[in-house]
Amino acid sequence: MSFVDDKVVITGIGQSDVGRKLGRGGVDLALDAALEAIAHAGLDPADIDGVASYPGPVVAEGGFVGATTHDVRDALGLRTTWALSGVETPGQAGTLMDAASAIATGRATHVLCFRSVFESTAQAQGRAAALTGKQMRAGGHAEFRMPFGAASPANWIALYAMRYMHEFGLTREQLGQIPLNGRRNAARNPKAIYRDPMTMDDYLSARLISYPFRLYDCDVPCDGATAIILSRRDAAAESGRAPIAIEAAGSGLYERHTWDQRVDLTTMAAHDSAHHMWEQTSLTPADVDFAELYDGFSYLCLQWIEALGFCKHGEAGPFLEETARYALDGELPINTHGGQLSAGRLHGYGFLHEACLQLWGEAGERQIPKDVEIAAVGIGGGPEAGCLLLRRDG
Amino acid sequence: MTRPAFRMLPEVTADSAAFWTGGADGELRIHRCHACSRWFHPPAPACFRCRSRDVAPEAVSGRATLASYTLNHHPWFGEAFPVPYVVGLVELAEEPDTRLTTQIVDCDPADVRIGMDVEVDFEHHDDVWVPVFRPTSTGGQAS
Ligand SMILES: [Zn+2]
Repeated sequence: MSFVDDKVVITGIGQSDVGRKLGRGGVDLALDAALEAIAHAGLDPADIDGVASYPGPVVAEGGFVGATTHDVRDALGLRTTWALSGVETPGQAGTLMDAASAIATGRATHVLCFRSVFESTAQAQGRAAALTGKQMRAGGHAEFRMPFGAASPANWIALYAMRYMHEFGLTREQLGQIPLNGRRNAARNPKAIYRDPMTMDDYLSARLISYPFRLYDCDVPCDGATAIILSRRDAAAESGRAPIAIEAAGSGLYERHTWDQRVDLTTMAAHDSAHHMWEQTSLTPADVDFAELYDGFSYLCLQWIEALGFCKHGEAGPFLEETARYALDGELPINTHGGQLSAGRLHGYGFLHEACLQLWGEAGERQIPKDVEIAAVGIGGGPEAGCLLLRRDG
Repeated sequence: MTRPAFRMLPEVTADSAAFWTGGADGELRIHRCHACSRWFHPPAPACFRCRSRDVAPEAVSGRATLASYTLNHHPWFGEAFPVPYVVGLVELAEEPDTRLTTQIVDCDPADVRIGMDVEVDFEHHDDVWVPVFRPTSTGGQAS
């Protein structure tokens, strides 16, 4: 039995321009992505009766919230019967999973799911919050980290990476294969931020951020929006394209929502959601043709490789040394568009877009040469994670 | 490593007040469950293990083991918080599953090792006492 009884399929995708300092607003970008996706699905904006997004109108540093569901509903004059955004979700694709549930239970027929960011332009405009404001106090999840200088996910995730290196002997060179693989694939992606070749020396000599992370272990803030259309299977329009089914969706979160109390420091919530996903299907990791795995930091991609079962726990280091295996023409291509490390921080949705593009054979110069039917997509890091197993039907 | 001139201070809550002010009495106060006797952090009004509401802050020894660390080089706070500095993840001697993200101070970053013994030290800023950790005065190092 598939996720939501196989009643819901992906029918279209869209993406705005992606770049640095585009100087455009987040709603503007979101509309580009939305309209492209709606047309791609063979639909008209009037057909859209549901909207989902991440994270919604949360208070955040500049450019993190490009557009809310209200922004897009208003701008396109959508008449919706269902809408949802949220940040307390299993990864950035959490509300997309809820959109599928909403369709399956009759609350909507065609849902526009999107994520928009303009972090690069916001930074250039100086909108990013100054962390040294004397009046500012750290609340919420930052309360127990900011006072100690642990200001960034780079610090919190470096703590996990260092523990993993200590327990399993992962080397800097092994970890570096993740950004190098992304960069090789990004060379074929005209929208990628970084497309120039990168050597291991370039990687190892880049500016230190928080050991073991250097510059190219950290993804690149960008401007851009991505949209995915989910439709009720029996209402999908004729688009000339086989629908993409959601074979399984992992939203399991089994431990506390913290960055430092997980019992096993060498795993993350990715392991919970992957476990939940595989419980729903008779398919196994060996059936996956390619994988798009969140790499907001290089180490998060390593976590997804293990969590989804592409190698055993603790064996990602040796796995990563076999670079041909996960290259574009390998047995399990990974991050075929360059990942967020090279293609830009589209914050999860970029991986979903790329998975669909590859499944439909529309990836152009970077199309995986073998026939691909099953994709695994893992989104999120630390205590936030969700994953999807996508299956092209025909 | 020099101590920073500036720390972004916490928004102290009813749950976390004991944690942030215990240092005034030289005590590291961590939430403990009276039903199962286990410790937990961050503080909350229930024990996540046994779900008892009978929880309260209690002083621990302040001794801990370094579970992981990272040498931070990026000036997130500008010149007010000089880099590099060591962010540490320490496991309490009383309850290794209970960890604090903290700063490791008063030692050369090159001497920091996973498994080393550390002890609490408090920095007083305004209305809070920030619990940072330094190598134990006996200098024990496990690895
Ligand atoms: Zn208890």
